[in-house]
Amino acid sequence: MPSNEHYEPVIGLEVHCQLLTKSKAFCSCSTQFGNEPNSNVCPICLGMPGVLPVLNKQVVEFTIKMGLATHCTIAPKSIFARKNYFYPDLPKGFQISQYEEPLCTDGFVDIEFEDGKKKKIGITRIHMEEDAGKSIHDIDIDTVVDVNRCGVPLIEIVSEPDLRSPHEAYLYLYKIRQIVTYLGICDGNMEEGSLRCDANVSVRKKGETKFGTKTEVKNMNSFRFVERALEYEIGRQIALLEDGQKVLQETLLWDSNQGIAVPMRSKEEAHDYRYFPEPDLVPVAVNQNWVNKVKATLPEFPSERRDRYLKEYKLPKYDADVLTTEKGLADYFEGVVENLDKKSDETYKLASNWTMTDVLRVLKVQHIEISDFPVPPKNLSEMINLIVDGTISGKIAKDVFEEMLKSKDSPRTIVEKRGLVQVSEEGAIEKVVDEILSKNKEQVDKYRSGKNQVFGFFVGETMKAMKGKANPKMVNEILKKKLSS
Amino acid sequence: MKSFDILRQELSAGTTSCEKIAQTYLAAIDNGKHLNTFLSVFAEKARLNAVAIDKKLKSGKAGPLAGMVVSVKDVICVKDERVTCGSRILENFVSLYDATAVSRLKAADAVIIGKCNMDEFAMGSSTENSAFGRVKLPQDGARIPGGSSGGSAVAVRAGMSTTSLGSDTGGSIRQPAALTGVVGMKPTYGRVSRYGLVAFASSLDCIGPFGVCVKDVAAVLKVIAGHDENDSTSAVVPVPDYVSSLTKDIQGLRVGLPKEYYGSALNTEIREAVERKIESLRKNGANVVEVSLPSTDYCIATYYILATAEASSNLARYDGARYGYRSQNPEDLMEMYVESRTNGFGAEVKRRIMLGTYVLSAGYYDAYYKKGQIVRRLIYDDFHRAFEKVDVLITPTSPTTAFRAGEKADDPLQMYLSDIYTTSANLAGIPGISVPCGNDKQGLPIGLQVLGKHFDEATVLKVADFLETNV
Ligand SMILES: [Zn+2]
Repeated sequence: MPSNEHYEPVIGLEVHCQLLTKSKAFCSCSTQFGNEPNSNVCPICLGMPGVLPVLNKQVVEFTIKMGLATHCTIAPKSIFARKNYFYPDLPKGFQISQYEEPLCTDGFVDIEFEDGKKKKIGITRIHMEEDAGKSIHDIDIDTVVDVNRCGVPLIEIVSEPDLRSPHEAYLYLYKIRQIVTYLGICDGNMEEGSLRCDANVSVRKKGETKFGTKTEVKNMNSFRFVERALEYEIGRQIALLEDGQKVLQETLLWDSNQGIAVPMRSKEEAHDYRYFPEPDLVPVAVNQNWVNKVKATLPEFPSERRDRYLKEYKLPKYDADVLTTEKGLADYFEGVVENLDKKSDETYKLASNWTMTDVLRVLKVQHIEISDFPVPPKNLSEMINLIVDGTISGKIAKDVFEEMLKSKDSPRTIVEKRGLVQVSEEGAIEKVVDEILSKNKEQVDKYRSGKNQVFGFFVGETMKAMKGKANPKMVNEILKKKLSS
Repeated sequence: MKSFDILRQELSAGTTSCEKIAQTYLAAIDNGKHLNTFLSVFAEKARLNAVAIDKKLKSGKAGPLAGMVVSVKDVICVKDERVTCGSRILENFVSLYDATAVSRLKAADAVIIGKCNMDEFAMGSSTENSAFGRVKLPQDGARIPGGSSGGSAVAVRAGMSTTSLGSDTGGSIRQPAALTGVVGMKPTYGRVSRYGLVAFASSLDCIGPFGVCVKDVAAVLKVIAGHDENDSTSAVVPVPDYVSSLTKDIQGLRVGLPKEYYGSALNTEIREAVERKIESLRKNGANVVEVSLPSTDYCIATYYILATAEASSNLARYDGARYGYRSQNPEDLMEMYVESRTNGFGAEVKRRIMLGTYVLSAGYYDAYYKKGQIVRRLIYDDFHRAFEKVDVLITPTSPTTAFRAGEKADDPLQMYLSDIYTTSANLAGIPGISVPCGNDKQGLPIGLQVLGKHFDEATVLKVADFLETNV
């Protein structure tokens, strides 16, 4: 049996992200999805005779954002190139891309393992390009082409061959998705194809410094498939080498149904793209001023934000991780914190608990995004303020929260309308406690004879009698006092 | 062959109307059918348009080109009209929009009368490479009118339109202007929007006007020039009033004669004709000096590498999949591509697509395309240095006068040499104009070329205007 432990995989990823610009890369057509096939088109994206591309500035801006977020150098001058090949979903017979002088080069991201360790993964380049159309293969009516997607802007992010396991590749892809969604430049949806990933894979004996022959694996259209496809391909290459065979340099397509990677037909593969500078577009000039302007709009990144939560709010690492996974959730949490009357480590933790458990639970049950969550952060803070100032108990708060989901009333209104204000008046609680004690002489005797566990019974009875509105802390104190007297 | 000036005079004298003018041209087109000048004629549209402009003239609200009738090379888009590019592959293709140059002409109240025949996809120097038959020289039907804008040149020469729009990638306006005996100008690259010009070689293509005189060319250029947001390569440079710059004042003008253009290969009659014109410049106060453009020998080679490379990519969209000619009942996708392109394109277009594909291929890119780019820069630098010393350069436009049809058809290299004096302006991006310069012994027109600095069309036009009237 070949032993995987003697081999080391070397993986580099090419990630394509569809940008969330309003219009296409080189014409003013809308980028909206789900429209009727071939409705978002014009002579330019259809490649009609005589048309010319005009660059959408927002594409450059989004790419600069990604470049800055991944510590790249932003080129003051970069150029577009034509990538020439024939395909029915490519109306011009070439794709406008960048080749020799991309906009962003030499960056990196930190991937983070479950144990908190980090690893730096190099980014070779990030360049702009336009998407091709989409061939819809239909057995009844031959192949039809939907060109709505034609000309939608993409960025391609090319990593260095720094990844050493399918899991690292997964973590890297996860990180890239987190960054693009945080930046708001891509929705990160792999199943719908707005995030796509190809991998270059080779294996070598451990300790070897030279790279082995690599293959390219395409069509891994979900996070799960990326890890599985890479594991498959690494296993295949090791098996070949152990068997004394050679790895062929080829392109493979991941077939998720069969769980195997199949070589592409050689005819499709034998592309000579004949890149040359796109003569219809002038070089893209980006001055420092523009870079600075874009820099000023960058949001705080997940890892930075997480570290800040640890320091500023003294949250446990688990909380900080969960809250910062998604930008929307972290923004919500901070909205809650912002409106707290009392700002302390305890109230921060309360805000974290409510966001992490109650809010997230509702999102999961109702299958909604944080942006569609019905309770504004300000209302959740107000509810926490009511807990902190003793107006309601934590238990009552659960009811108030449920009510907030339905009624849109502020928590204060809910509490007042339903008479949920906590009773903290000593006399009122004493009166009820006295009644309970006098009605349950037997239990009182038990307690006094040392059976402390009946204490809970008295608490329960008191709360029940007061419909849960009694201040639990005071109930405890008064009961203790009365029972020991 | 009435100039726009004369037409305007007749209009204001009331002896004619736009409608009459249009009808005169339509009649000339009808009578000249044997010349095969037009691929489509918008007879009824043009007449109605002219009637509308007559009304505007009466109310004093007409645009600056009211009374002018323009024909358009069939490589430039006119909304709702066919744009064949002289090719079988686009035979029935109708454009959905107006080229910017065309919409500007329409806005200035010029009447568009039809589309002119041309070498297929503007590839050729004789207008023999049209899928719809060759265009004949009006002076001698056995001869060619030059190309690729041969139809436009003949339309002006034979009085079928006042002016015409052509396109010039390596001489395709200037050379047919010279051979037919009219004025034709290639402006600075970026001066006129290319939006709506079906691309041959994007970094070289220019739209420019033909006219019976320099003044008409200046009037059209004024209207079509200027930045266009639909063309990223169109320049943001102010457009002067070209007509008012035609002062005929050449006192102190510095004129350069690039010695490489007057070598022993030049036909004696053409040399003498050009020299006579130069002499009149001298006599009228210009300083004429010899200059050198050392990279001249590399122009044709550089041009055919870069132009074909771009063409191979620009013409990739004609694959039968979305519009245009498609082969019948292909077995599969590859066969549809191969058959559509094999049958849809003519021989010269296929030759250039193959050349261009070759020079961009892996392993050849550095040796050809990249080297071509480097030499292009040297050619640019040559002109830049020359224009430090002189204001304009004067050369012959074409090494020969109009040749016989078929004479060079089987020898592409001989045909390519027709552009020996014209490709350099496209490679350097500078403006150039061809003006009539007398006739040879057979009575065939000779052309003289004036080249100028980037965006200095005003000086080029001024010199051309002087030469046109002073022998
Ligand atoms: Zn479009």
